[in-house]
Parts: sequence; structure tokens; C-alpha cells
Amino acid sequence: MSERPGTNPGPRSGRRSSPPAPPPSFRVIRAVFLTLLSGFVLLPVYVMVTSSLKPLQDVTGRFRWIPSGLTLRPYIDIWHTVPLARYFVNSLIVAGAATAASVVIAVFAAYAVSRHRFRGRRLFTVTVLSTQMFPGILFLLPLFLIFVNIGNATGIALYGSRGALILTYLTFSLPFSIWMLIGYFDSVPRDLDEAATVDGCGPIGALLRVVVPAAVPGIVAVAVYAFMTAWGEVLFASVMTNDTTRTLAVGLQGYSTQTDVYWNQIMAASLVVSIPVVAGFLLLQKYLVAGLTAGAVK
Amino acid sequence: MSTGSRMFPKSARLRRSSLPYLLLLPALVLELLIHLVPMVMGILMSFRRLTQFFIRDWSRAPWTGRDNYELVLDVNRPVGEALLRSFLTTCLFTLLSVGLCWLLGTAAAVFMQESFRGRGLLRALFLVPYALPVYAAVITWAFMFQRDNGLVNHVLHDQLGLGGADHTFWLLGDNSFWALLTVSVWKGWPFAFLIVTAALQNIPGELYEAAALDGAGIWRQIHRITLPSVGAVNQVLVLVLFLWTFNDFNTPFVLFGKSAPEAADLVSLHIYQSSFVTWNFGTGSAMSVLLLLFLLLVTAGYLLVTTRGRRNEHV
Repeated sequence: MSERPGTNPGPRSGRRSSPPAPPPSFRVIRAVFLTLLSGFVLLPVYVMVTSSLKPLQDVTGRFRWIPSGLTLRPYIDIWHTVPLARYFVNSLIVAGAATAASVVIAVFAAYAVSRHRFRGRRLFTVTVLSTQMFPGILFLLPLFLIFVNIGNATGIALYGSRGALILTYLTFSLPFSIWMLIGYFDSVPRDLDEAATVDGCGPIGALLRVVVPAAVPGIVAVAVYAFMTAWGEVLFASVMTNDTTRTLAVGLQGYSTQTDVYWNQIMAASLVVSIPVVAGFLLLQKYLVAGLTAGAVK
Repeated sequence: MSTGSRMFPKSARLRRSSLPYLLLLPALVLELLIHLVPMVMGILMSFRRLTQFFIRDWSRAPWTGRDNYELVLDVNRPVGEALLRSFLTTCLFTLLSVGLCWLLGTAAAVFMQESFRGRGLLRALFLVPYALPVYAAVITWAFMFQRDNGLVNHVLHDQLGLGGADHTFWLLGDNSFWALLTVSVWKGWPFAFLIVTAALQNIPGELYEAAALDGAGIWRQIHRITLPSVGAVNQVLVLVLFLWTFNDFNTPFVLFGKSAPEAADLVSLHIYQSSFVTWNFGTGSAMSVLLLLFLLLVTAGYLLVTTRGRRNEHV
């Protein structure tokens, strides 16, 4: 239970070095199950990719497995039907800033918990983690009112601003990020940063020069997670943004409120907005899985 | 833990003892500001008549005592009846979704424990639903469930000839429950897969070798070694899946738009709707507080029962 994996517990290890082949019955069932599951997983991906290349009449009439013709028009039109570029930039700013801030704050907090014994250490971890379990809807209404009222009282327009969204998203990924990083920092040998402290680095110097470099995979994992969280959030984005600050999560629905539903464009836009996160995720998947392992198996 | 602290002179030790709090401060302030303060405020709001006239200055909304709670809990009146129905729908939905996510995730992880050609690729593929932004994935499913031009009806009615020539409505009426469940499972099972896969890596290989020497076949090994070993992880996994699914707002919101059909009216969306469509934040807050109490009770009960169960097992 309390086993911490090493610094790089990749998802690769099999369970035996040279396994005897499993019996045919097992292999048949495995093949059938995994094939069906792959089909289920891939179906929407197939629909997304093919429909995004279809002419409009293919997506308004009866569904076609094979497009009657391939066109790149949807990929050009998506930028005009709704101001997708603006939504994209908004999402990049919000998710990017929330990620950067979340990683920095989580590194400090996780370092404190991992390396110091202090009063309230356990209380802190439990409190922060338990905020994860509550429904977003619970603090959506009060937070909305807080932002509106701060705006009225001070003239700082928080409601509808990117800043408010960044602050909110940052706290969404923070608890889990801290949790994952505690696991990672614990696996960095303590002697290393104590040696650095003796050599004249302060505790912060030890953190930045020794612990952080040794925990890069964990930090990358946390960054991916924070970015995905901010990039995909819908509830707060739908309430806390206005026309100029709207993010992709809300903006994408613009294609379907028109009288004509441009499904080929919706699919093209969905694909385009998915590419940054899916590419990032698949590239850095190894780190995220390792980071999750460090936290989850605790 | 910090055995080195003895080497430090007293002033440095003092500085060091306040350091952890300084390091925690940003995280603490933000969590308090964005989560805990609003939560306390939400509880206060649930005792007020907070309609749109008071949104600019909520402190002037009149206190109403238990009125909001009496309103939302009175199952003989429309508000309470709708909330109860939404709550029961959410319970059934969560039960099925968590069960299926766990089943698919565990089965896939067990089947992929042993190395075979293409395993790495398959693993990456299985994580795609987890990596896709929720709205992009759910909008695609919404397209697939369209009555006239969707894939699902095309396959069921046109290609398999099931259910007659009339196309089914998937995003309206009772069928919407099954549409929502499908999307939820599609989106949720990879997380279970990920966590169980991680847990399986910690099982020592000698266990299997010993079992194989004893003549235990692969099914017996799975039954006797693999499944019991993921028990500890399951406790957290099922709880996390439960909380995520029960609170899920994004999936029904993107799938159905602002007003979900009754059969798929999950409680988060229901509260959102009763708050932002009618601008009555007081009753919305009362519903949120009740939801929170329910989740706290279930979580506490669950942890109590599962922890005790596990302790007994080990004795």
C-alpha cells in the first residue's frame, strides 16, 4: 500500500520475464474482448475524422460510413462561422496561465509536505484533497456572486474576465497536482537536498537545484493534467465568460445553435481543438501514467 | 524526518519552522478563496430568498429560515418532485456507469497485463477518450445520436433492420438515459483502466511463478492473485468514479444543451437549471447543500464499511 514507485515507474513492466504462452481459450477471449473495446473507443474518433472531411450534404442526410467525396472546406469554414480563433486564443491564455501558476504553487506546497514535519500537515492534505470531491455546482453560484460583488465594490471586473477563470481553474487542478508531486518528491532521496543545504543552498535553493530537476517527470505529468483540466472545463466557462473572453468549451456550441447545423464543421472544429491536448497527452503519456501511479498506489 | 535540523543554529531553525507555512500559503489562500469561502457562503445563501433582484448585493436578500429547504424537499409540489426524480435518476445512472467503467477498465487491464504485440499501441488508443476534451468528445456522440443523420440510428434501423423503419429519438424522451450512459462509460472507463494497470504493476512476479509451479492455470491465477491484489486500489477508484459520475455536469450539458430530458436530468444540471434559468439562487443553494450532505454521508459510510471490511480480511 505505502509502496512508492521509483522515479520512473514506466507502464511497461510485464508480469513475468519469459511468460509461457497462455492457453488458447484465454487468447481467444482476450482477442474478442479487446477488439470489441477498441471498436467502441474508436467509433467516435472515426466519425469525427471522416465527418470533418465530408461535404455538407453528407452530414445533413442519412449517415454515410464512406464520404461521397472528401473536402477540406470545413477546416476553412470553421474559422468564419464562429470566431474560433478568438476562442482558441482565450483557451490557450486561460489554460496556459492556469497551468503555469498551478505547477509553481503545487511544487512549493508539495515540497513543504514532503520535506517538513509541521503542525497541520495532515489537516492540510486532507482539506485540500477533500475539496476535490465536492460538486462544482456547489461553489459555482457563490463564486459567481463573489466575483460580481467584488466587481461592484471595487470596480475590478472579475466576472467575465480571463483572470477569474484562471484563478478558478488553477484551484481545480491544484489538489491533485500537490498530491501527485508529494509522491514524486518523496521518491527523491532526502540526502540529496540535505547535502545541498549543507553546501550553502537555502531550502529553496535545494528545492530548485536538486529536487525539481530530479522530479521533472512528475512536474511534466502535473502540467499535462492541469492543462487538460483547464482546456476541457465547461461549467464555469459557460457562466463566467462573455463574448470576448469565451473559451472553446462554450464557443464550440456556436455551430449548433444556428438554424443549419454544420456537423462537418463541428467535427472539424472538435478535431482541431482536440489536437493540442491529445498530442500532448500521447507524447507525455508515460509521465502522466507514472505520476498517477505514484499518487494512486499510495 | 529532518534529522539534519540538529546541525542548524537556533535562528535558522526558527526560520525553517515557519518555512513550510510560507510554502503552503499560496495554495492555501487560493483553495480557501475559491472553494471554502464560497462553500460557506452557499450554505448561508440557502437560508435566504435570493432572487435576481438581490444579485448585485446578495447580503440584502431577506432571510427565510428553512423555507428553501421545505420547498425543495416537499415531494408533493413540483419543485421537490422534480428534484427527487432527478436525484433518483442520478443514483441509477451513477450505479450503472461506475459499475460498467470499473468492469471494462479492470477487464482490459487484466487482459493487457501480459505482454503481446501491439500492447503499447492499444494502451495509447484506450487512453484517447480520457485525453479528448469533454466537449469535443461529447459533441461527437451527440452527432452520432442524431435521429435523422446519426450513426446509431443508421446502424440500428437501416443496416440491422432493428426497431422498424421509424428512427428512434436518442436525445429526447426515455432513451436519452441510455445515450447518456453510453457516453459516460465511453469517457470514464479509461481512468479505471489506467489506475488498475498501475496497481497490477506492483504485484510481485514471484506470486505468479509460484502459482504456476503449483499448477494453477491462468484463470485461477487471475482469480486468486490478480483480482485480490487490486482490492486496495479499488477502494479509492470506486469512490473517485462515484463522485465524478454523480457530480457530472459536462456530459449532459454538452449532450442535451441547457435543458436535459427528464430521463437524463442529472442533479448537477438540474441545480444549474433551477438556478440560472429561474435566477433563484436561494433554492439552488439549498439543493446544493443537500447534495453535499448526501455525498458526505455516502463517502463517510463507504470509507467506514470498506476500511473495516479490508481490515477483517487481513486479520
